[in-house]
Amino acid sequence: MPEMIATRDGFGKALLNLGRENKLVVNLEADLGKSTKSILFAKEFPDRTINFGISEQDMITTAAGLAYSGKIPFASTFAIFTERAFEQIRNSVARVNLNVKIVGSHSGLLTGDDGDSAQCIEDLSVYRSLPNMVVLSPADAVETEKATYAMAEHVGPMYLRTGREKIPVLFDANYKFELGKGVLLRDGKDVTLFATGPLVSIALDAAKLLEQEKIYARVINIHTIKPIDKDLIIKAATETKAIVTAEDHNTIGGLGSAVSEVLTEYALAPLERVGVKDRFGESGKPAELYKKYGLTAEEIVKHAKKAIARKRV
Amino acid sequence: MQKLNNPEQLKKIANSLRKVIVEMVHRAQSGHPGGSLSAIDILTVLYYYKLHHDPKNPKWQDRDRFVLSKGHCTPAIYAILAELGYFPKEELLGYRKINALLQGHTSIHIHGIEMSAGSLGQGLSYGNGIAFAARLDKKDYKVYVMIGDGETQEGQVWEAAQTAGVHKLDNMVVLLDRNKIQNDWFVEKTKSIEPIADKWKAFNWHVIEIDGHDVKQIMKALDDANNPAIVNGKPCVIIAQTVKGKGVSFMENNPDFHGKAPNDAEFKQAMEELNKLG
Repeated sequence: MPEMIATRDGFGKALLNLGRENKLVVNLEADLGKSTKSILFAKEFPDRTINFGISEQDMITTAAGLAYSGKIPFASTFAIFTERAFEQIRNSVARVNLNVKIVGSHSGLLTGDDGDSAQCIEDLSVYRSLPNMVVLSPADAVETEKATYAMAEHVGPMYLRTGREKIPVLFDANYKFELGKGVLLRDGKDVTLFATGPLVSIALDAAKLLEQEKIYARVINIHTIKPIDKDLIIKAATETKAIVTAEDHNTIGGLGSAVSEVLTEYALAPLERVGVKDRFGESGKPAELYKKYGLTAEEIVKHAKKAIARKRV
Repeated sequence: MQKLNNPEQLKKIANSLRKVIVEMVHRAQSGHPGGSLSAIDILTVLYYYKLHHDPKNPKWQDRDRFVLSKGHCTPAIYAILAELGYFPKEELLGYRKINALLQGHTSIHIHGIEMSAGSLGQGLSYGNGIAFAARLDKKDYKVYVMIGDGETQEGQVWEAAQTAGVHKLDNMVVLLDRNKIQNDWFVEKTKSIEPIADKWKAFNWHVIEIDGHDVKQIMKALDDANNPAIVNGKPCVIIAQTVKGKGVSFMENNPDFHGKAPNDAEFKQAMEELNKLG
């Protein structure tokens, strides 16, 4: 069994390390530091932490003022509550191209029994639609940690998606995170599985199931939803001629849409999308929800076979 | 920058800028004259008498910051910045035109503008961010934020007022342009904001109330806002009672001229009236 760590823990660890290394980093939170894990930073650096209480619009716009003044603000809360400040993110952050780092935890059905008000299934979609925004959706705690360091390096507005539940650790400490580049995890010739976030380890499971049926799947981890790794998608479409996307997000607007946009414009190949099929979730254990809503290895296998059957001869 | 402290001279500058405002809006045939004319006396005194700034060095690190949260009142701020030499006056001719510098709402790509505003309710939060940065950097510059009275209907203004009050951001001064009119109609009849002074007091702000067209009162209010013995560790709000469209008879107290340009005949009359002011 692989080690299990939540991606929010990867963020919390990285933010603390950034605080120690870089005095420009400021931590903004909205009464959810214990949940997002920004509390680790807050405890060690109270002077560089601002807790806004429950006022996300104020938090995001204050982050804009801090960024304008040369600071590197990380503003974190639940993914869904970052959207409370969507218009502020649009007008005061993205539009002005300010160096604000927004971190949304508790994304997707993985959030579990808190239910559908907290299960954010559209954040990738809404933030992807904003010019200047970089959108990150890492696959495990290690990748999240490295992505957080990359956020402090990159100048410009960024959104990082993290999750509540523990998921398998896929990468070791030597893993190198490269912004905007997909990560080939397993090669194959028959179909490509593009996955993001917690669906990456599930896609790897699906590839193993497919192999038992002599179907060889390529598995690519897409941690940067925007800018999407266009070249890697074109290559996969050209070489394997069938594509599946998998994400804990609405199939509208997220990874599935981003890949689809590249395929229709540059390299037509049949695409099957695994994700939350344009509906809201409900309370339940993450594993139960993944089963009920079709975010499983078996479901990816089914979609892979469909995509292969639709291949152009 | 050389500061002016002669009230008559300041009033004269403000009145000449009123003409620039009306010209800009007339030329563009769009823009917001009412709230620009209500704010111009306060802004003139702020820039010419109080603000530490340098038009030749707009990013000077120790400058005071001014955030125009009511970001539609660009005719007023652009008129002042051009007069002070932040950018050439010819740029005023391109106001609201394509490929030109001067956008309809404030943009930080323009020298002297500290916030890309346009969506109301956000300037105080943003200003707080700058004030927090000053505190972290141990700088003693001041942050001034001008908001409109209709703008205080936005809940975010009160989130930000609470933040500044709780954190005792005594480097923050809010200038509230109480011109009593918003886009559609009178503030009082749209959604009353009274008792506005009590609200700020309740949020732990020091409150100063003045006539926003009386230069001497504006000068004193800005002095008091900078006086630690007076503000006593609190952020300060100057509630300035103003007249929307001040200086042009048919624009005064007229909701129609919140966001409407004068036609040619109205423009002619407006300039005649403003010329009489000196």
